[in-house]
Amino acid sequence: MPNVTVLFFARYAELAGCESAAVAVPSPATVEDVVRRVRETVPGARALPDRPLAAINLRQVKLSAPVRDGDEVAFLPPVAGG
Amino acid sequence: MTSHLTRSPIALESLLTEVQGPGRGGTCVFLGTVRNGPEESGVTEIEYSAYDAMADAEIERILTEAAQQWHGVRVALRHRVGRVPVGEASIAIVAAAPHRAEAFAACRHVIEAVKRRLPIWKKEYRVDGTTAWVDPSGRPVAHGP
Repeated sequence: MPNVTVLFFARYAELAGCESAAVAVPSPATVEDVVRRVRETVPGARALPDRPLAAINLRQVKLSAPVRDGDEVAFLPPVAGG
Repeated sequence: MTSHLTRSPIALESLLTEVQGPGRGGTCVFLGTVRNGPEESGVTEIEYSAYDAMADAEIERILTEAAQQWHGVRVALRHRVGRVPVGEASIAIVAAAPHRAEAFAACRHVIEAVKRRLPIWKKEYRVDGTTAWVDPSGRPVAHGP
């Protein structure tokens, strides 16, 4: 089973109650599977949207993107830089 | 690679040094400054938080795109993280080009890409002691003590 590191930022970190979590997902898996798994296993993460912005290994991806063992998957609130 | 993010006030002179050169006759500077105007309610400072590694990678991608789109343009950027008081710059972009048109165009392109793409978030701190995350439309989305 692929193990991925999930990162939460800003408001999502406050909702999740943590900034990161280690999650195991079935193989093959997509970012959408990671969202589902996180919502099941991280108590505060149930408050996250069903379809958050996401990134794998520093690049924004669609929720249908595949995840691999060791990937860093980040969930990003709507960005507000500048 | 040095980071494009900084916890200190932005040193504009050093940014200018990064982009200026004898072949570049036009330099455009954009500063984004923390504001407490009529649309805000007693903002004293904004705390910027970032997905640092991705923000740096995304800035590199944005600057590379600008260099490919406008021949001879060189752009540098700094974005503050941490708490920034009203009146201080949260972002500086400097674009130098052979002529002013490319400098303005590249500078505009980069700030618009920053607004759309950088994984950076801001939390307002208010004079009444409350805080609020700011969403991209500019409206606060969640309040806290």
